[in-house]
Amino acid sequence: MQGGPENTTTIDERHSSRVTVEVNGVSREVTLDNRTTLLDTLREHLDLTGAKKGCDHGQCGSCTVLLDGRRVKSCLIFAVTVDGRSVVTVEGLAGPDELSPLQAAFIAHDAFQCGYCTPGQLCSARGMLDEVSRGWPSAVTGDLSTPAALTDAEIRERMAGNLCRCAAYPHIVAAVREAASS
Amino acid sequence: MSTVGQAYPRLEGREKVTGTARYAVEYPVDGVTYGWAVPSTVVRGRITRVDTTPALASPGVLAVLHHGNAPRIAPGQQPELWLLQEPLVHYRGEYVAVVVATSLEAAREGARLVRIDYDAGPHSTVLTDDHPGLYKPDHVNPSYPTDTAEGDFDAGYAAAPVRVDATYRTPAYHNNPMEPHATTAQWRDGRLLVHDSNQGASSVQATLAELFELPPESVRVVAQHVGGGFGSKGYAKAAVVLAALAARHVDRPVKLALTRQQLFGPIGYRTPTIQRVRLAADTDGRLTAICHDAISQTSTIHEFAEQTAVYTRSMYAAPHRRTTHRLARLDVPTPFWMRAPGECPGAYALESAMDELAVAVGIDPVELRIRNDTDIDPDQGQPFTSRNLVACLRDGAQRFGWAGRDPSPRARRDGRWLIGTGVAGSSYPARARPSSATATARPDGSFLVRVNATDIGTGARTAIWQVAADALGVPPERVEIRIGDSALPTAPVAGGSMGTSSWSWAVIRAAEALREKLRDGGPPTDEVTAEADTAEEVGGQPTRPRYAYGAQFVEVRVDADTGEVRLNRMLGVFAAGRVVNPTTARSQLIGGMTMGLSMALHEEGLLDERYGDWVNHDLATYHITGCADVESIEAYWLDERDDELNPAGVKGIGEIGIVGAAAAVANAVHHATGVRIRELPIRLDKLVGVSGLA
Repeated sequence: MQGGPENTTTIDERHSSRVTVEVNGVSREVTLDNRTTLLDTLREHLDLTGAKKGCDHGQCGSCTVLLDGRRVKSCLIFAVTVDGRSVVTVEGLAGPDELSPLQAAFIAHDAFQCGYCTPGQLCSARGMLDEVSRGWPSAVTGDLSTPAALTDAEIRERMAGNLCRCAAYPHIVAAVREAASS
Repeated sequence: MSTVGQAYPRLEGREKVTGTARYAVEYPVDGVTYGWAVPSTVVRGRITRVDTTPALASPGVLAVLHHGNAPRIAPGQQPELWLLQEPLVHYRGEYVAVVVATSLEAAREGARLVRIDYDAGPHSTVLTDDHPGLYKPDHVNPSYPTDTAEGDFDAGYAAAPVRVDATYRTPAYHNNPMEPHATTAQWRDGRLLVHDSNQGASSVQATLAELFELPPESVRVVAQHVGGGFGSKGYAKAAVVLAALAARHVDRPVKLALTRQQLFGPIGYRTPTIQRVRLAADTDGRLTAICHDAISQTSTIHEFAEQTAVYTRSMYAAPHRRTTHRLARLDVPTPFWMRAPGECPGAYALESAMDELAVAVGIDPVELRIRNDTDIDPDQGQPFTSRNLVACLRDGAQRFGWAGRDPSPRARRDGRWLIGTGVAGSSYPARARPSSATATARPDGSFLVRVNATDIGTGARTAIWQVAADALGVPPERVEIRIGDSALPTAPVAGGSMGTSSWSWAVIRAAEALREKLRDGGPPTDEVTAEADTAEEVGGQPTRPRYAYGAQFVEVRVDADTGEVRLNRMLGVFAAGRVVNPTTARSQLIGGMTMGLSMALHEEGLLDERYGDWVNHDLATYHITGCADVESIEAYWLDERDDELNPAGVKGIGEIGIVGAAAAVANAVHHATGVRIRELPIRLDKLVGVSGLA
């Protein structure tokens, strides 16, 4: 755990909290500066650097993780507010030495280049597919009285919050489509 | 069977989709501290006082570095890297201090508390075509002549029956790789180790050695995975220098990542351009005179002259030709490389003007380009080693369904949408630089190939591995490839679309030398290594015009009521020599095309002259193309063989995808609406204000 011992010694105890979070199925307990985001908790305190910092302002989606199953931008969430809750990061999308269907499809379709936005894309896609399965509409869903079909237009719209400067977008759409049907 | 030409998934794919690929500030380091850069809040002036007291009193803050206390570094070849050395500010956002703390939160808070007083002077930050400071630079990037002239343009232009005279404007564009410029710096016994996000660890190593006055072998730069660069990480930039200064000052490892906001300017950007293009033709559309006058900006501390009009020198033939570049030194950060510097903005102007000429002369824009094709480089007077522009245009037209296109603007409607199609040519130089590499045969029958290439997402690691397998004559599974570390054999930057050509050249020569050593066949009893350095061979290559070509086709729909422009489909066909890996090549090409779409419709750095900086310096207000903007995009390539390039026969594909793409979009918008927008981006407010639309 990089930085941990050094950090804790200098944290002002009046402004820190003991936080317990389940991360990828494992309960983790950390003392954190109250200003620490969920993203920085993962990256700087738990050595889970899969979630990326692209903008730190919730504008790019690189830090997307699943919080109690819902996709969230972890840079916009203070860790102290998720005490007792469950987080899944890209490292937890599949078991050790395994790939989830989404991860395998991303490789097969070359749905990334530099790879920096990829963990966020994957977590976002996982959360998005769950939203679709619950029948939640998007801005491009036409008939709101029936469950949304997972058309390419729906995937593009629902993945629009995850920027990819390499522009692997059509390959991301193809990978999500394939994983959804597997 | 040849491995080159086969589709292989990226070697590091598994690491990237499982989150285990480590980027620059993701390595565990004992006792690490965090740096936070403090940008200037004035444009031009002198620092009169730095008050570090409140910052140092903040819990966790270890140090505040500024010009008064930072370690001294030597002035290097890039003046903007001489950071924290003098109390002068040359542009708003220039880094004037760094706070180091035991946590990110403490560093950020400390940065907020640093008080700096300035004696600020007046500034000039807006490029205009009559700026009093315009001058003629000695050369343009990297070493092209500033101006060229053949024949008599003025006379040729005046005498022609058909003329186009149009001025095109492009705003500042910001590279915005998803991974910010970031560094982890550690000093040990006078030696510097950095994990850094860059496009060339060898060049960063050389720059750090120069600045910190160390022998190069005392500096190690590791760049295993890099979250994009698009030119902005082509050389050492502020983050690595600030991190190294801070780590030396506090005598502890420092992680320093620039914020997204801090990437808008100080790490480079594509200069705004003002381009006047004049074309003259006979009534058959044959060009008789071409003139391209380009204006761009540089900073007061360093000259970077975008080679905007260079594209026009070799693209189409005409007896009377002229190109010029003029530059204004403004109180701005130094512009730098962004995907196809020169060719990208230049092709937007020339390929837009060609479309205007097609309309003026009444000839199909694909046919117009075919008529003005040339086998002889108009600039150098030599035959091109290969030029398949026409083949790209024809193949693309066929795939796109161009035949029978009604040229009339604003003649197709689908409900409230106006539909239009556009085309543009594309070209990018095929170059190579000297590189070195080693190849090792191991007793177990496997091979190790080492070259300090960088994979910024291009697929370089996989492509070189494929080339190496063929050169060694073994299945790729028996080859291990190591890149991204300055401890490996020196190699050039991943830029200028010449990474694969340069690195593979050295790898092939090293493999050949190894096979020569192993002539008796079979695995050796001890490791056998051969090395290669291509400096002499590359330097001795005859000068010939070597270019990749392409044709870009676009269909847009424009909302007749709101002016909203949407991409229906985009199709590119390219002739880029041999394609090493179709999977990663396609990704590179559509990535470039999409960035061209982004340039045409979305991106614009908006600078406020009152405070001399871009106001939309984040990803919520500086728009880049997103997933929902790309409905259909396809890239194809021709089977092209050119034996006068390099041993791998590649031309490079990282940049050509963006060249011409914005023009194809703009030409399609004109075809849809009858409105010619000559100032990018094509936003709805520029369309709704025009009579006839909305």
